[in-house]
Amino acid sequence: MTGNYSREDMSLVVKTASRLTAGIILIFGLHIILHGHLAPGGGFAGGVIIALAFVNLLIAFGKETRLSRISENVASKLETVGAVMFLAVALLGFFGGTFFMNVMTKGEAFNLFSAGTIPLSNISIGLKVGVGLFAIFLALVILERSRK
Amino acid sequence: MTLYFLCFILFSIGLYGVLRKRNIVKIIMGIAIMSYSVNLFFVLLGYKFRGRAPIDAHDQGIVNMVDPIPQALVMTSIVIGLAVMALLIAISIRLYEKYGTLDITKIRRLKG
Amino acid sequence: MELHILLLFMIFAAITAMEVKDLFSSVISLGAVGFALCLAFLMLKAPDLAITQLVVELLCLIILIRATIRKDLPLVVEGRWVFNTFTTVIFLCVFLSFSWLALRELPSFGNPLMEVVRKYIEEGVNKTGAVNLVSATVLDFRAYDTLGEVAVLFTAIIGIMAVLRKPGKKNHGDAA
Repeated sequence: MTGNYSREDMSLVVKTASRLTAGIILIFGLHIILHGHLAPGGGFAGGVIIALAFVNLLIAFGKETRLSRISENVASKLETVGAVMFLAVALLGFFGGTFFMNVMTKGEAFNLFSAGTIPLSNISIGLKVGVGLFAIFLALVILERSRK
Repeated sequence: MTLYFLCFILFSIGLYGVLRKRNIVKIIMGIAIMSYSVNLFFVLLGYKFRGRAPIDAHDQGIVNMVDPIPQALVMTSIVIGLAVMALLIAISIRLYEKYGTLDITKIRRLKG
Repeated sequence: MELHILLLFMIFAAITAMEVKDLFSSVISLGAVGFALCLAFLMLKAPDLAITQLVVELLCLIILIRATIRKDLPLVVEGRWVFNTFTTVIFLCVFLSFSWLALRELPSFGNPLMEVVRKYIEEGVNKTGAVNLVSATVLDFRAYDTLGEVAVLFTAIIGIMAVLRKPGKKNHGDAA
């Protein structure tokens, strides 16, 4: 958008297309995560889709974007938040007696708000997988760029 | 039975790549092929003839579903395979910086 | 029958990926194997796995292409090429023949035992409330497995951060 683009940047077509589609991909990932207990999908697939949305932006816009200024530190911390959330959901089971027990109300099947702690676990796993894979990609790309 | 054996042939191709190739990227790809074939073998073991996908529907009763446990195990295994492959690629990038080559026979200091 | 054709395609693509000279073409052939695996999951009635395999294969291809671009290496054939290949092929033949003996003892394709899982299928919706039984198995019945997966992913990311850390710090603090 600044007008002066270096040799590493992609063309204008790629930039515009990825800017338009990144949000849609992100929403699709969130949909996959939130409907993990009703439809095919779940935390793993949705997390990878979210990571792909950011990877798409990072490839198209190169190093100068604000996205790569989110350092690996922030990504690592967010990933730790995901892991701790999963453990907290697991520890919630002690209210019912055992580790990983599904203590919350089951609700009615085929509803979005059902299945007790399974949507919470899906969200935490999606956060963890998405941010973790994005951190891996960020580390690889930053290393590759900083060598030259 | 034939499908199982074809799956093992795929595994052995990956194993051939790991044992025989000298480029590190080819070795990593051999490991990836082995992991694909193991995932496929798990899911083949759980398939049932004329079975439905293990997702309940409104209008149908609970009849004749395929086995969901291998699918659950493989689901974690796929993501772990991706993370392990990224780790291997990171190590190979480091080796390329240090030695300037990806040929494992040229990386002398790794020889024990 | 379709699965046989798909598996033969996967084997052919895997051989191509192993034997082609150019690294970039090799990576693309690996992508063909992965997407054929995605189709096979879809035929085996595993839509969750198909989605996961599709997106994981995309990310895997991106990472591999970024790793292998501009790092092509001419494959030299030297040394005891015939002997090494012969030994490897003999070993693989022995492996395949023993696997043939072992595979005969398995339940035949399409008729799994399903002793444990019958209970999951019958009571899964009432016990967990989740309609997707794979999700119920991953996150409720067998959640310890997922906990181990989270630990392994965490360890892999820590390993990558440790391997790819910024250079130059080693020379300052390395007194010993």
